[in-house]
Amino acid sequence: MDIFIQQLVNGITLGAVYAVVALGYTMVYGIIQLINFAHGELVMIGAMVAFTLIGLLTSLGVPGLPAVVLATLCAMLVCALLGYAMERMAYRPLRGAPRLAPLISAIGVSIILQHLALLVWSRNPLAFPQVVKTESYALGGAAVTNIQIGILAISIFMMGGLAWLVYRTRLGTAMRATSQNPQMAALLGVDANRVIAVTFIIGAALAAVAGVMVGSYYGIAQYTMGSALGLKAFCAAVLGGIGNIPGAMLGGILLGVVEALGAGYIGDLTDNVFGSNYQDVFAFLVLIVVLVFRPSGLLGERIGDRA
Amino acid sequence: MNNSSNHPLSLSLTALFTASLLAGCGEEPKPAPPPPPPSIEIKIGHLAPLTGGIAHLGKDNENGARLAIEEANAANIKIDGKDAKFIMLAEDDQADPKIGTTVAQKLIDAKVVGVVGHLNSGTSIPASSVYSAANIPMISGSATNPQLTEQGLKGVFRVMGRDDQQGPALASYLAANNKPKVVAVIDDATAYGEGLANEVEKFFKGANIRVLPREKGDDKRADWKAVLTKIKGRNPDVVFYGGMDATAGPLLKQAHELNMKAVFSFGDGACTANMVELAGAATEGMLCSQAGLPPAAASRKFLDAYKARFKIEPIVYSPFTYDAMQALIAAIKGANSPDPSKYLPVLQKIEFTGATGRIAFDEKGDRRDAEMSIFQVKGGKLAPIAIIKNGKTVTFDEFMAQANSAPAPADAPKGDAGKDAPAVEPAKDAPKAAAAPDAAKK
Repeated sequence: MDIFIQQLVNGITLGAVYAVVALGYTMVYGIIQLINFAHGELVMIGAMVAFTLIGLLTSLGVPGLPAVVLATLCAMLVCALLGYAMERMAYRPLRGAPRLAPLISAIGVSIILQHLALLVWSRNPLAFPQVVKTESYALGGAAVTNIQIGILAISIFMMGGLAWLVYRTRLGTAMRATSQNPQMAALLGVDANRVIAVTFIIGAALAAVAGVMVGSYYGIAQYTMGSALGLKAFCAAVLGGIGNIPGAMLGGILLGVVEALGAGYIGDLTDNVFGSNYQDVFAFLVLIVVLVFRPSGLLGERIGDRA
Repeated sequence: MNNSSNHPLSLSLTALFTASLLAGCGEEPKPAPPPPPPSIEIKIGHLAPLTGGIAHLGKDNENGARLAIEEANAANIKIDGKDAKFIMLAEDDQADPKIGTTVAQKLIDAKVVGVVGHLNSGTSIPASSVYSAANIPMISGSATNPQLTEQGLKGVFRVMGRDDQQGPALASYLAANNKPKVVAVIDDATAYGEGLANEVEKFFKGANIRVLPREKGDDKRADWKAVLTKIKGRNPDVVFYGGMDATAGPLLKQAHELNMKAVFSFGDGACTANMVELAGAATEGMLCSQAGLPPAAASRKFLDAYKARFKIEPIVYSPFTYDAMQALIAAIKGANSPDPSKYLPVLQKIEFTGATGRIAFDEKGDRRDAEMSIFQVKGGKLAPIAIIKNGKTVTFDEFMAQANSAPAPADAPKGDAGKDAPAVEPAKDAPKAAAAPDAAKK
C-alpha cells in the first residue's frame, strides 16, 4: 500500500508538470487552432534563463528563495517576449494560410530555439542550482518532498489563475469570442491580433514557470529537455480535450498517474514480460483507447469544430 | 637611462624565444657544429579533438604522446645506423567520425609510419579501417568500445581497457565488498547502457546473487521515481544503473528523495565530476568504475616529467598516449626499421613497463591485463578507491604504495587523488554518442 501511495504521489507530481505545460498548448490551440510545437522549447528556454540568473544572483549574495523568484520573473519576461516575437514573425504572417503551413513553421521555430540554446548554454547537462533545500516528509508511508508540494501548489495556482482569466475577465471574454469566430469578434470590436498576441505571451510566461519547476525538481537543465516534455504535454492536452483548460489539467494529471502506475505495475501484471520501459507504451495505449471512444478528448471541445 | 642595457637584454630574450620555439617545433635541425651524421626522419601521427567540448582532454592526450617523442629524441636512438629523428604530426579530429577519417587520410598522405589515437571510440573505429588499408599501425590511448579491436583489422591496438571488462570488474568489487543479497539493475536502453548492465547482471547471477527483473528507462528520461519506487519495494542492497550522467544524476537525486538505502553504482558514463554536480549530496558514497587508471596512479617518473615539461598536471589519458607512443617507438627501435611491415610483428609481441604498468598486447590488439578503477564519492569528490587487474582487487592506497615503493615520492600523491579523478566526458564513446544523438552531430 505504501508503494501504491508513493506511486500516486510520483504520478501526480509528474502530471502537474505535464498539466502546466499542456495549458500552453491548449490555450494557443483553443484560440487559433494551431499546435505550437515550439512550446516545449519555451519551457527549456525558461529553465535555462532561470539557471543563468539564479547562478548570477546567488553569486551576488542574493539569498536562495528571492533569487529563484526574481530569476523566475525574468525568465517569464524573456519567454513572454520570445512568445510574442514568435507569434509576430512565424505565425501571424501565416494566419490565412493552409493549416499545415503554421504547423511547419512551429516545428521550424522549435528547432531554431533548440539550437540557439545549444549555442548559448552548450550541449552538456547543466546542474540546476538547488537553492531551496529538498526536504522529505512522510505521508502515509510515502515520501513527499517540499519541492513536490511546491510544484503541486504552483500548478494549481496557475491553473486556477488561468481559468479565472479566461472565464471571469474582459480579456478572457475577448479570447473566447476570438476563439469562437475571429471575424465576428473583430466586427464586434475585439482586436483579434492583440488578443492572440496576449494569448501567446501568457502561454510563454507559464512555460517559463514550468521550466523553473522542472529544473528544480530534477536538478538538471539541458537544451533537449523541452522536446520530450512538450510531446507528453501535448498528448495530455489532447487526452483532456485540446482547447479546453480544465481538460488540460485533467489530461496532465491522468497521464502522469497512468505512467507512474504503469512503470510500477506492468512488470508484476505481465510476469515481467513487459518491463517498466513500456510505461510510455502503456500511457499511449490509454490515450488511444480514450480517443477511440471520445475523439475530442475527455472533456471534449466545447466549441464546435469550424474546419 | 636603461637604454644601453635594454637592447642586449631584449635581443637575447628574442633569441631565446626563437630558439625555444624552434626546439618546440622539433622540426628544425639543430645547428650542430660537427658534420651531421646520416639521419632519418620518422613521422608519427597523433589524433585527438583539439577544439570543441573535450579539447582539453585532446590536448592532454597530445602532451602525453609529445613527451614520449621528446624523450626518444633526447635518447639519440639509432635506426639502421642512422640518427633517428622522431617527428610528431598532431591533428585535430574534432571528436567527429567524419573529420576523423579525413585527417587520418591527411596523415597517411604525409607519410606517417604509425599513429597514436584517436581519443574517442567514435572516431577511432571508422579511422581504424583507413589506417589498416594503408598498413599503418594505430594505437589508441583511450578508446574503450570493444568493437575497435573486434573488427579483425591488422595493426589496430589500444593500451586502455575495454568496456566489457568494466562491468565484471565493478560487479566483482560490489560482490566482494558490499556482499549484496539482492541487486537491482536499471539501464537506459542504449547500446552502451544496456551492454554494461548485461555484463554486471551476468556477473551477479554467476555469483549466485539474486538480481531483480531488469528495469529500463531511456536516455532522455528525467523522472525515475516510478521505477525507483518499485525497486524500493523489493529492498535491494545494491542498485546498478547503466547510463550517462545526464540521466544518472536525476535518478540518484530521486532515489535520495525516496530515502532509498541501497548502494548506487554506475559505469564510466556517470563516473564524472558533472555527476557530483547534478545529483549533489545524493552522490555521497556512490560507486562507479572507469577503464584504465586515474592519472595520479601513473608512474612517478611520468608524472614528474609531464609536470616539468607542461607545467600542469596530467588530466586523464596522457599516461596512456605516452605509453602508446613509447610502444610505437620501441617497436621501431626493436625492428631497426620504421617500415610498418617490419616493425608491426615486433609491436605485436612488445613488452615493457610504461607509465601505466606492463604494456603487452593480445592477438586482437587489446592490452593484456588492463586495469579497471573503482571510484567512490567521498566528501563531494570522486576519489579512486580500488584498482582491479587480472581479476584481483587492490585498494588504491595499496596500489599507490606498490607503485611508489621504489622511488621515494616527492609529494604525497594520495591527497591529490580526488582532485585528479578523471572527468570523462559523455561524448567519449561511440555508443554513448549515439545515445545522445546531438552529441554525435557536433
